[in-house]
Amino acid sequence: MNNVKLRDSNLFRLIVFVLIPLVFLISCGLKPKSYLTGIVVTIGIYVILCASLNLINGFSGMFSMGHAAFMAIGAYLSAFLTLPSNVKENMCSGLPDWLIHTQAPFAVALIVGGLGAMLVAVLIAFPVVRTKGHYLSVVTLALIVVVCAVVDNQESWTNGSRGLNGIPAKSNIVSVYIVMVITLFLLFRIIRSSYGRGLIAMRDDPVAAQTLGINLVRKKISCFAISAFFAGVGGALWGHYLTAISSSGFYFTKSFDIVEISIIGGMSSLSGSILGAIFFTVIPEFLAPLESGLKIAGVKLPAMFGLSNIIMALLLILLIIFRRQGLMGNSEIILESWFSKDTYLSLFKKEEYQKLAAGFKNLFARKKKQ
Amino acid sequence: MTASYVLSMLVSGLKLGSIYAIVAIGYSIVYGILRLINFAHGDIMTVGVYLVLVLMNSLGVPVVACIVISVGFSVIVGLLIERLAYRPLRDSTEETTLISSLAVSSLLQNLLQMVFGSQRKPFLLPNWLTQSHKLGAVSLSTINILTFIITAVFLIALYFILTRTKIGMAMRACSENMNAARLMGINVNRVVMFAFAIGSGMAVIAGVLLAGEYKTIYPTLGFVPGLKAFCAAVVGGIGSTGGAVAGAFIIGLAEMLFAGLMPASVTAYRDAFVFLLMVIVLLFRPNGLFGHAEGGRS
Repeated sequence: MNNVKLRDSNLFRLIVFVLIPLVFLISCGLKPKSYLTGIVVTIGIYVILCASLNLINGFSGMFSMGHAAFMAIGAYLSAFLTLPSNVKENMCSGLPDWLIHTQAPFAVALIVGGLGAMLVAVLIAFPVVRTKGHYLSVVTLALIVVVCAVVDNQESWTNGSRGLNGIPAKSNIVSVYIVMVITLFLLFRIIRSSYGRGLIAMRDDPVAAQTLGINLVRKKISCFAISAFFAGVGGALWGHYLTAISSSGFYFTKSFDIVEISIIGGMSSLSGSILGAIFFTVIPEFLAPLESGLKIAGVKLPAMFGLSNIIMALLLILLIIFRRQGLMGNSEIILESWFSKDTYLSLFKKEEYQKLAAGFKNLFARKKKQ
Repeated sequence: MTASYVLSMLVSGLKLGSIYAIVAIGYSIVYGILRLINFAHGDIMTVGVYLVLVLMNSLGVPVVACIVISVGFSVIVGLLIERLAYRPLRDSTEETTLISSLAVSSLLQNLLQMVFGSQRKPFLLPNWLTQSHKLGAVSLSTINILTFIITAVFLIALYFILTRTKIGMAMRACSENMNAARLMGINVNRVVMFAFAIGSGMAVIAGVLLAGEYKTIYPTLGFVPGLKAFCAAVVGGIGSTGGAVAGAFIIGLAEMLFAGLMPASVTAYRDAFVFLLMVIVLLFRPNGLFGHAEGGRS
């Protein structure tokens, strides 16, 4: 028990990664209308979006920036399925009759949104995977322009640039976090399967992967489709959270935001998307007082709109200069502890408690030595 | 639809193409050397145009002097960005520098928004620049004619620099193979700085021409034209200067003809059309129309 580290203790993982967040979430869930809960829901949606982006950007070696387009498709499709019929007759009269009169449950709407995004992803994946590196990023950016142009100009379907409003507010802390855990579980299983190891092989050396019998094109297209599915689901959740959507909310900036989260957390780590989403959402909240004019020691600073974005951009530049792999690097410690039996069983094992104590003891011993 | 209408559309297309060409060259030179898509390029252009606006309206400096000062300032901004945000990442992957340039772009846009507000501001050039002349069937303003002249001068000057001067040869060597160039005793940092200086300076001129055309200015003015110029560079084969110019004229003409000749219900897809055009070109010629396949770059 001499060299036990705290992070190796299952019980410690259980407390830090499961119990504390759970207590926090439940306490937020008891006050569903509070401002803090809103932030927590946003974090959950960003985790879904960012984890799905990481599957492409971090594990397959492609660098997509088109996530906002898939979000838009998911959000609009699920809005079409859940808006009340009379609202749809008003705002999107061009929809076919059967769709106007269809009312789908929330879960079905989410899945249809995801499948719609997936379908588009498969269609555009054929030209996209022919390109490499930078070109791929730019082609996916082009996808955003095309999707937004369609949304803006198909007025009879999407109400044009005025957007849709009155979408049922069904994204609450419970639904978002259930979807988030399912998403993370599926993605975690995917990257730990032979399929996922194939993806990583393709990222590290495409030629070697091909000689080992991996079909690169099939792998790229399927990976793109899986990622787009979850992006569509995330976009649908986003629409049901905001209750009003328009194309301007799904433009470049949204994509850049998600890329930024993914960089902060670490592209090659699904756990990183959790950390990234937390940092990306919480830091601007602390900076917000600066934007509206803050009083420091009796001196009133002028309101500086956009300052928090400037500081975020500066932090991002500093982060990629000094810690390029992101906060988490390649580590999956959070998801490993979430989805492993040992973590939960450790509550009932005596030696786990001893390990935890030893871990703490070693921690303090090391501190003293320094 | 008369012949003169088509003719005027062609001229507008060429005009747009020349503005794209000036911006696209900046992208192309930097990409050729660093393999970096400088998303901040369009925003450097906006910074320059705002400076022209401030000098012209608040201080009453004559417009030509404004532009000269603004070009100088933007060159400094471009060099600072290169030094602070791109040079520390010189040895990293393509994606990392791409993200850095996105961050710089967001930084500049928000900085402009903070200082000048996000509303559109009128950008009116003096009368002698905007009065129109009748040339046969088409009418052009002085600034339109200047656009053509400036583009031609830039292209000739750039051709001269790239082929006849030492720094131009060094630039071509660096875009061929940076490590070999360094071994031959070329100061790579100086070459990169020169490329950024040329790109930023030319972007400001393009920005003034563009804002003079739109008669309005806002913090994200440069971003979408910047992306379109980038599309132009990609269509022509990024990294090849001649290709960038050709691509810019193709994109400019195609965009104008699409907007002018197609039925009104389709013309709203103008931006989407430009990007689709790029995707289609990439499908059939993954290295652009005039680019050549990436060689053994070490």
